[in-house]
Amino acid sequence: MLLIPCPNCGPRDESEFDYGGRVIALPPLGAASDDWHQVLHLSCDTDRRVDEHWYHAGGCECWIRVSRDLFSHEISEVAASTDEASK
Amino acid sequence: MKYSAVTLLRQALRGQRKWPPIVAPAQLKKNYDVIIIGAGGHGLASAHYLAENHGVNDVLVLDSGWIGGGNTARNTTIVRSDYLLEASFALKNFALQLWASLSQDLNFNLMYSPRGYLDLAHSDGELEHFMLRANAMLLGGAEVSILNRSEIAEREPAIDLDRNARYPISGALFQPDGGVVRHDAVAWGFARSASARGIHIQQNCPVTGLTVKANRISAVTTPLGEFGANKLLISAAGASASLARMAGIRLPLEMINVQAFVTEPVKPVLDSVVNYNAGLCYISQSDKGELVLGGATDGYLSQARRGGFARIEDTLARALQIFPFLASLRLMRHWSGSADIPMDGNAIIGATPVDGIFINCGWGYAGFKATPAVGWSMAELLAGDAIPELLQPFALDRFASGDLIDDAGLGPYPWRH
Repeated sequence: MLLIPCPNCGPRDESEFDYGGRVIALPPLGAASDDWHQVLHLSCDTDRRVDEHWYHAGGCECWIRVSRDLFSHEISEVAASTDEASK
Repeated sequence: MKYSAVTLLRQALRGQRKWPPIVAPAQLKKNYDVIIIGAGGHGLASAHYLAENHGVNDVLVLDSGWIGGGNTARNTTIVRSDYLLEASFALKNFALQLWASLSQDLNFNLMYSPRGYLDLAHSDGELEHFMLRANAMLLGGAEVSILNRSEIAEREPAIDLDRNARYPISGALFQPDGGVVRHDAVAWGFARSASARGIHIQQNCPVTGLTVKANRISAVTTPLGEFGANKLLISAAGASASLARMAGIRLPLEMINVQAFVTEPVKPVLDSVVNYNAGLCYISQSDKGELVLGGATDGYLSQARRGGFARIEDTLARALQIFPFLASLRLMRHWSGSADIPMDGNAIIGATPVDGIFINCGWGYAGFKATPAVGWSMAELLAGDAIPELLQPFALDRFASGDLIDDAGLGPYPWRH
């Protein structure tokens, strides 16, 4: 179970959140299809730690950015998300 | 040794002390024609059919753990082929045909039980979609029907058909050939057959490196030494992405956690396998009387192999909506596994950019049912050079070309598939 420390609301249960996946930088709309392929399909990695988007649907209704360990679920960094377009 | 009533009697007279090991310990060689990483159902089925169908037995199967100790033994044992898209349907329906006689073919009791698969619809719209899927299945040669509410009640009287339920049931798709297969027996049955045909199986032997020379696989490094290989199959579920990385191959895979549950045993109450679609919950009853349940993924990336409580609560809530009597049962066991899910939610099978390295991964939590068909087709691929027709749609390069097989139409969000 995840206890996500929302920067606006404090520590809250994962059931209050929707998941938005990895933080990725989308290419411009007119980019070549291979650029989109690289970002949409190959941004995944085998690292332990991942930076990701979570949406606090049951709280402040804000997107936040979380840095989490995929093996231990330890959350090391949380910040308000400034980049809504990346969702 | 052939298993039979006579063998059983003979071994009983010897006090059950003379049974040979199911898999003979192998004297490993320096080089193999084919090395398979992953001694789960898929890897072992590939090994079995290499020997059985193509006479290739210069094969080594490696596993970092034990035979069938990964997702093969962590699924809820369900087999079915109710898929709309042709590629998905064809492979799983071929598997269903193989399941029917596999116990006899392997001389190993897999307890294949075609008890029927009942997929519940919760609205007229959903039922219409099920009819579309059923028609596609009929065109593909499968037996399938659409049941109305009274037919569901006749088949499974314990299902709550109250129209005032939170998600009332409007009908169902029913595939009579769907059912369950004893999952660990599948791994052991294939392992025994492969081993008897001279294939080497090495457990507790993690692969720590892959040597590629001139863009061609040359060797596999393990704590037991280096093994030369002409061809390599990576069939390692959750470890596939890390293994492919060792050869410089990037796979469009994410790791997701999936959980399963078993209740205390009760008397027979459920004949079929039942799938509930308002949220996800699938249930069957084991021969011992336990109800075996599974749900959706935990909903976010994970390699933890331990589940989140939110999903347990959600899956059990769905289970109660189908079968209210479950409220009086306790859970006996609960476990989870690390599933590898590609960006379109469908498996990746076939060649890779490195010559001689082949891949079978990305089955998410849907791979068990396809086991014999994947083994059959993969053996054909490894023994020859052409990609079998059944596997062609699952090629790795479909992501670059945009020719995705997104059964659910969800887009590149693996945790939602």
